[in-house]
Order: sequence, then structure tokens, then C-alpha cells
Amino acid sequence: MASAPYASAPYGPPYTGLRQTGASYSDAGVCRAPKEPAPADTPAPASARPAIPPSASARQPLWWSGAAAGLAWLAVGVLTWLLPNAPAGFTEWNYTVESGIATTAGAGLLLALALAAPWLGSALDRLRPAGLWLIALALFTGAWQLLTAKYGVLPTPFFAPPQSLAEVYIDDWARLSDSAWHSLRLLGHGFLVGAGVGFLTGVAIGWSRAVGYWVHPLIRFIGPIPASALLPLAFFVFPSSYAAAVFLIALATGFPVAVLTWSGVAGVNRNYYDVARTLGASQWFVVLRVAIPAALPQVFVGLFMGLGGAFSILVTAEMMGVKAGLGWYLTWAQGWAAYTNMYAALIVMALVCSGLITLLFAVRDRVLSWQKGTVKW
Amino acid sequence: MVALAQVRPPQPVASASTGAHIQIHRVSHHFDLKDGPLPVLDEVELDVAPGEFVALLGPSGCGKSTLLRLVAGLEPAAAGELLQDGRPILSPDPSRIVVFQDPTLYPWRTVRDNVALGLQARGVLRREAHRVEQALALVGLGEFAGVHPHQLSGGMAQRVALARALVNDPALLVLDEPLGKLDSLTRLAMQSELVSLWQRSGFSVLLVTHDVEEALFMAQRVIVFSERPARIKAELTVDLAYPRHRGSPRLAELRHQALGLLGLDATW
Ligand SMILES: Nc1ncnc2c1ncn2[C@@H]1O[C@H](COP(=O)(O)OP(=O)(O)OP(=O)(O)O)[C@@H](O)[C@H]1O
Ligand SMILES: [Mg+2]
Repeated sequence: MASAPYASAPYGPPYTGLRQTGASYSDAGVCRAPKEPAPADTPAPASARPAIPPSASARQPLWWSGAAAGLAWLAVGVLTWLLPNAPAGFTEWNYTVESGIATTAGAGLLLALALAAPWLGSALDRLRPAGLWLIALALFTGAWQLLTAKYGVLPTPFFAPPQSLAEVYIDDWARLSDSAWHSLRLLGHGFLVGAGVGFLTGVAIGWSRAVGYWVHPLIRFIGPIPASALLPLAFFVFPSSYAAAVFLIALATGFPVAVLTWSGVAGVNRNYYDVARTLGASQWFVVLRVAIPAALPQVFVGLFMGLGGAFSILVTAEMMGVKAGLGWYLTWAQGWAAYTNMYAALIVMALVCSGLITLLFAVRDRVLSWQKGTVKW
Repeated sequence: MVALAQVRPPQPVASASTGAHIQIHRVSHHFDLKDGPLPVLDEVELDVAPGEFVALLGPSGCGKSTLLRLVAGLEPAAAGELLQDGRPILSPDPSRIVVFQDPTLYPWRTVRDNVALGLQARGVLRREAHRVEQALALVGLGEFAGVHPHQLSGGMAQRVALARALVNDPALLVLDEPLGKLDSLTRLAMQSELVSLWQRSGFSVLLVTHDVEEALFMAQRVIVFSERPARIKAELTVDLAYPRHRGSPRLAELRHQALGLLGLDATW
């Protein structure tokens, strides 16, 4: 299940480590790389080095990994541009020269930045840790270029060179962005409804015995059904496939949110209630100001799980009946054997999904900034 | 009966009318455990006069905190009757403020917001916001108003809990070892502070403590409980005027007596 990695992530040490990208990347990788010296004012060893940003007045070291990445990308750009393509039978790869020139230009800029690092102050701090990744990506892209366009080692309809991705984005951006927009709208609709209903249900079950008596068995019985199993039924029952998809996404989101909100509310330290009651708090005050804030960490775990479930039902619904969105684009591309379009759509999908997860993390960090050990950004 | 004989106004005749009159009449309590009931209180009979300062002493686990929960109205007594100013205590009420043994601060609220909780709950925060700063200053934590509880030490958290109680202007202050986690110097200072606050405000106080000196230094009357199930074993009247002096020979005498009642006199 797509949500599994997030289930435990929201407030454990593993996540905290991930969040401090700057510090942990350089501790884990860059400092062990022989080319990357430790900042001048903080001597090695890396493990003992606190993640203090070097003071602004100190001169920044050269960005070695960035310079290496610039050189690597330069090589990729030049070989894309100047090495002739292997004959591909049915077609010539468009945009080969253009993408070669663009890559070369980008590589030049990166190189210039890396070499100018000592004079740029802290402007590069966010980029610095990415150096090794930039090198790896250059190697990957270069190999990809050689294996496809240049020597034709990989079979053509299934594997296209990087420039054909660029071609898809340039020629088909209208349809792609329209699909992405439709997916986002549908997801937003379903997720917000599901999260809202799930949250209220969870609070009600956790708080009221009577509500729990009636709703709890329903949740236990219906909740675990994979939402996609209800797809045919929903398309049949709802007036439009859009409404059916909203319902299913809401269901997939609402179930984990309700269960975790409920367990959060039920698990609140009893003493919190006692203190509030002796200070004269009303029932509403206790629910709104004590039970819900205390349950929020759990609620966010539910939201992360719900979002993962929502992605998968979103794409399934778009493939099965909703005639718009990235899922629909995927089936459409497959129907035309337009594999490059499929890759292009998958990349957009990855960006959208990981962007949304990142956004949820940001919201969580802001809302739960009181938690011990949570790093703000 | 003994208790009734002891009823007296607090020595500084402040606004004694604001103190609650608490009557605990033949209260017994037990907890239902898997293997039968666990008796905790046995016919406790206690009367706290308006504005009186009463301390409860007793062995650990004898039922002191349980008695305080009953007085607070958090649980109904299994048997017997609890009255405040003649009316039965049925539910918690902000006229009886409790400082629990565990500070129980809300981790998502800053220190200031924790202290403000009672005012906020009763909808008077806007009018009485200044009391929050006053209470924080009283416990010496004015500078920490903006931090979250996980940044506090145990003793600081306990002082915040105390401030959270004091902003509310209670008729009865129920204190369950409120100074237990403080270092001895802060502890002595807070004892004097609490006594002078009590003298100024005139509320009644029920204080549970393990510290015999603390009980004798602060309270007008000290109730000594037996082992569980708690029964009132004895009662000491501390007939000393405030402000008291820790070195006074009468206090030493009373301490010897109290330790004897607790079965500890051999070591003293
Ligand atoms: N909610 C509960 N359920 C079952 N038993 C309880 C409960 N609360 C307290 N008890 C039991 O009642 C007895 C008295 O507990 P209480 O907390 O009143 O003791 P205490 O006198 O305050 O002790 P201490 O001085 O250590 O705080 C203990 O044996 C405890 O195990
Ligand atoms: Mg206790």
C-alpha cells in the first residue's frame, strides 16, 4: 500500500532525520566523499559536527560536488548535441539538438555557480547537499541517451530517449496540465470531504458512547473494504462518474482518518480532562481545546495514510470511468502505444503526489510545532 | 466531633467569607479491582472551616489523593457525604481548584496559555488577562511565559501548575504535593509564598504532603492518616501565629509528635 511509509513517519525520529535535509545529507554522504572538505570553521569528524550553518562572514568553500556535476552535465549535453543519432527506423528523434544545447547551457550555469560559490555567501546552502545527486542524475541521463538515441540498444517503442520526453512536454503540455488539474481537483474534492467527515466521525466515536455504539460496527465492517472494490457499484449508483469518484476517494481517506482520530481521542491522558474539568471547562471546551489538540498527532498519521489511499483510488477511478485526469491520460497513452507520453504522465504524477505529501508535512510541522523534537522549517 | 471542636477562623481575619466550608461526613471509598474491591477510605470525617488551612499527612498509597478527587468532585464517594457550604459536591467546580500531584500541563499550549486555561474556560480571559502574568511572576516564571512545557524542568512545571490554579481566585485550594519536585530552597520560598497568599486571599486550603515540616510550617491543623484504607488517626493543631519561624521549639515538639504518630519517632 502506498501509504505504508508514511504511517509511522509523521512523528518518529526517522522522519525528523529526513526533515533536516541539509544536515543529514552532508553528514551521511558529502563529508565522506573525499572531494568535499568540511566547512572551514567546523573541523571533522562529521559525526560530532553539529548542524550549525557557517556564519555569514566566513568565506564559503568551493562547491566541489557541484563543479563535478556541472562537468558531468556538460558531457551529457555535448554528446546529446554532437553525437549523431542511430537510425531509428520509423522516425527521427525530435529536439535532439535543442535539448543538447539546453543541457549544455544548464551545465555551464551549474559549473559557474559551483565555481563562484565562495563569493555567493549562503545563497547556495539549499543546493549544496544535492551535489552528489546531480552527478548521479547526469550519469543516468548520459547512459540513457547513449542506450536509446545514440546506439539504439534498448527497443524503441518502449524506451525513448530523454529528448522525446521533452517533446511530449512541449507538444502535449496543454493536455497534460489539463489532466493534472482535473486530477488535483478531483483529489482535493474527495480528500477534503473524506478528511472532514472522517475527523468528525472519529471525534464523535471517541467522545460519545452512543455514537460509538452505532458507528463503530459500521466502520469496522465497511472501512476495511478496498475502495476500488466499490468502484463498479459507485459508478452505477451515483449520477455522475465524478461524484462516484469523489465518494470513493472520500471513503478511502475517511476511514483511516476516522480510526486514527478516534484512537487519538480515546487515548488522551485522562488527567488532561480532570484538570480542565476542575478549572471549570464545559464539555465543548474539553472537546475542542483538550481532546482534539491532544489527538492531533494521531489525526495527522491518519491524514497521511488517507492521502496515500486517495492517490490510488483516484488513479483507478480515472482509468475506469472518469474521462479526465492523469489516470485517464495513462490509459489513453497506452491505447495509442504512446509510451513516452505514459512516462511523461508518470513523472507529472510523481511530482504532484510527492508535492502533496510534502505540503501535508509542512502543514503538520506548523500545526504540531509544539511537539518535542519536531523540527520546524 | 473532634474536627468540629477545632473549627476556628483563620488567624489573619482577611476576607474569611470567601473561603469555602468543606464538610466530609463519614466518607468511605473503594476501587473495584478484578479480584474484589480495594477499600481506600474508611469513614473519613473532616471539617474544613471557611479560610482554614488543613494539611493531610499519611503513608504513601493510603488514599490521600483519592480523598482529594472526591472533594474536587471528580468521582462520587462510595459512601458518605461531601458538602461545600452546606451543598453536596456533585461535580467539579471552579470554586474548588486542584493542583494535582502530577503537573499535567498541556504540551500544545505555551506556559502562558496553560496558566490562562481556567480564565479561558470560564470566558473571563479578556477581562482578567493581567492575572496570568501576576500568577507567573508569583511562581517566578515570568520569563518563561512563551515556552512550551517540554522545555521546562520538573520543578518549573510544578510551579506552572500552581500558577494555573492561583489565577482562578478559588474558594478552596486543593493541593496534592504541589511542591514535591522542587529543590529545597525553592520549596521553602514557595511555602512562605503560599502562606502569605492564603493570608491575603482568605481561601480554604487542603494540602497533601509527605513532608512533616512543611505541613507543620504551613497549616493550622494537620490530619494524620493511617495505612490504607485511610482512617483519621490523629489530628494536631498548630497553635502558632503567622509568620512562623522554622526554628521555633514548638514546631520541633510538634514534629516529634507527628513522626511518632507516623511510626517514625525511633529514627528521630
Ligand atoms: N483509579 C484507580 N483504580 C484503582 N485503584 C486505585 C485508583 N486510584 C488509586 N487507586 C489505589 O488506591 C490507593 C490509594 O491511592 P492514592 O493515590 O489515593 O494514594 P496516596 O495516599 O495519594 O499516595 P501517595 O502519597 O503515594 O500519592 C492505592 O493503593 C492505589 O493503588
Ligand atoms: Mg497521592
